Amino acid sequence: MSVIPGTPDPFAQDRGGPAQPLLTVAGLFKHFPVRKAGAGKQVVRAVDGVDFEVLKGETLGIVGESGCGKSTTAKLLMGLIERDAGTLLYDGQPVGARAMPWRAYRRQAQMVFQDSYASLNPRMTVEQSVAFGPRVNGVPGRQAVERARALLARVGLEPHRFAGRYPHEISGGQRQRVNIARALALEPRLVLLDEAVSALDKSVEAQVLNLLLDLKQEFGLTYVFISHDLNVVRFISDRVMVMYLGRVAEIGPSDTVLAAPEHPYTGALLASMPSLDPDARTEVAPLAGDPPNPINPPSGCRFHPRCRLAEPVCAASEPPLDPLGPGHSVACLARQPGSGHGLAPRERIAA
Amino acid sequence: MSEDAPAIEVSGLTVTFGGRLRAVDGVDLRLERGQTVALIGESGSGKSVTLRALMRLHPERRTDVGGHVRIGGRDVMALSRRDLAAYRGREVAMIFQEPLLAFDPVYTVGRQITEAIRTHEPVSESAARARALALFERVRIPSPGRRLDAYPHELSGGMRQRAMIALALACRPKVLLADEPTTALDATVQIQILLLLRELQRELGLSIVFVTHDLGAAVEIADRIAVMYAGRIVEEGSAAQVVRTPHHPYTIGLLRSRAEGALVKGARLEAIPGGPPDLANRPSGCAFRPRCFLAEGRCADDPPVVTPAPGQRTACWHAEAAATAGHAASDAAAVA
Repeated sequence: MSVIPGTPDPFAQDRGGPAQPLLTVAGLFKHFPVRKAGAGKQVVRAVDGVDFEVLKGETLGIVGESGCGKSTTAKLLMGLIERDAGTLLYDGQPVGARAMPWRAYRRQAQMVFQDSYASLNPRMTVEQSVAFGPRVNGVPGRQAVERARALLARVGLEPHRFAGRYPHEISGGQRQRVNIARALALEPRLVLLDEAVSALDKSVEAQVLNLLLDLKQEFGLTYVFISHDLNVVRFISDRVMVMYLGRVAEIGPSDTVLAAPEHPYTGALLASMPSLDPDARTEVAPLAGDPPNPINPPSGCRFHPRCRLAEPVCAASEPPLDPLGPGHSVACLARQPGSGHGLAPRERIAA
Repeated sequence: MSEDAPAIEVSGLTVTFGGRLRAVDGVDLRLERGQTVALIGESGSGKSVTLRALMRLHPERRTDVGGHVRIGGRDVMALSRRDLAAYRGREVAMIFQEPLLAFDPVYTVGRQITEAIRTHEPVSESAARARALALFERVRIPSPGRRLDAYPHELSGGMRQRAMIALALACRPKVLLADEPTTALDATVQIQILLLLRELQRELGLSIVFVTHDLGAAVEIADRIAVMYAGRIVEEGSAAQVVRTPHHPYTIGLLRSRAEGALVKGARLEAIPGGPPDLANRPSGCAFRPRCFLAEGRCADDPPVVTPAPGQRTACWHAEAAATAGHAASDAAAVA
């Protein structure tokens, strides 16, 4: 059933069956023009040819350093910025086409941002914020408020204490709960969480992660979970996608990718996480330097200037995202048969 | 500076803002020379306020600071305005979370470093610049000569943090205060900065107070860890003691709620219930008691400081029971 009155929303129902990905992204590009004195017109290649799928009922984690394009990808998935190229299929339907206009899609896909304060209207009480979405979608006022109060209760904020408060009157963890309640107000099937727990204190982060797990099960949600914290991503994600400078470096089941990474970049990211073992402190930094500038990405494999496996061939040709095992793909010449890289396997291992 | 005094000796430090809000409520801390202590805690725990008090950075008209702070044997609270200016930068220097805000945007980073050097020492412009260049090489900024003439916004985040470390070390201080210097950085850059700080500490014999909310970063850099909650240090010990044999329920809760500690992927995390207390309405006695799994009546009285092992102290009525509970949990994790 739908909260939206009138004709039932055709997109609220499952269409393609469980095997059909909820979201199929193909050839996604977004370049931002920048003007720099003396350098003329340049572009930031924020997202530079990205393909992936979000399966029904899964949590897809997206990780990478700042500037790798993970947040731009999220904004493109929501249509908050316009894509330069690429297709977006929601349950088999092209998003933005006549059959599924953005407005219909956005009832199905919602987003939670990192900055819990900036995401809420400071002049609205939290109840008004949560009720706003249903209201503009035609739910009568009283019903929208009732729904908002039920959702606030569900995310752990007792309505009689919190409903009338303004965003500045509650803590960061409570505000993020409000944002989650608001994202759920239209009964979406897909929720994009862009660093949604990163700004929270550790003890509160665990509470919000637990809440996200519960809500996912209760409402049958699918998550895209963007974070720079690999421990959190490992905990919450079924599959993980590693991005580097606007491209996918590796994607696969999180148990595989984060336990036995195939891309040297994934390995370096993992090794950069503090160990929590005083006797096994890191002695050598896994990666030197900062992430490079996405204005002029390196030739060939974009990671090659920082890669410990780099060979001349890596500067010359760009590695395709090749399947390696079941559901596991990696864009690295050292893992691709016949690539000319010294470490490349002779022939494909039967998977 | 007397030679055998500890680098930092703080006792009974209190910081009260506006006469009402007690952000630091009796902190005792001792740091030997050449050691690093990490102050860890959540937002509002008073860790940054403590750090700033060591340099007397709080506006004096609106802040009441009580207790004693001795750095290298010298009473910081008794310094005159003039001595304070000489003390800041020369004996104790600070690095901040956001170097873009800490640097002046309208001067090149090189100029800001030479200015700091010449404020404290009678050296020529060219000598100061040579020292700034050497510092940039020391903190491993690539093409240092060119970067000296860069403005802060022209550097990347990691490079800016290196430049700020160079600025902090410009007058060869003995003590470095670091206020979440790696929090805004990517993990790949964070580990580089942590390693750099460790190396500088070893070579220059620095004493470092490193404020962070990230237990992982604390373990990577610190010899000792002090856990703060609601303006007090609730547990302190060597990094290994705090991480392996925690005796305060809050420390145990922090360790257990970490996502990498989850027994089964997707299983619920053992979160600490509730949120940090409102400092204006601090609970009496142990401030953690409303969230504590061991709380009982006497927790409303100030907890005793116990010493479960040499060099470790815990402010809790139930330190032994907490440690046993913590052990049982980590054993269960090891079995699973």
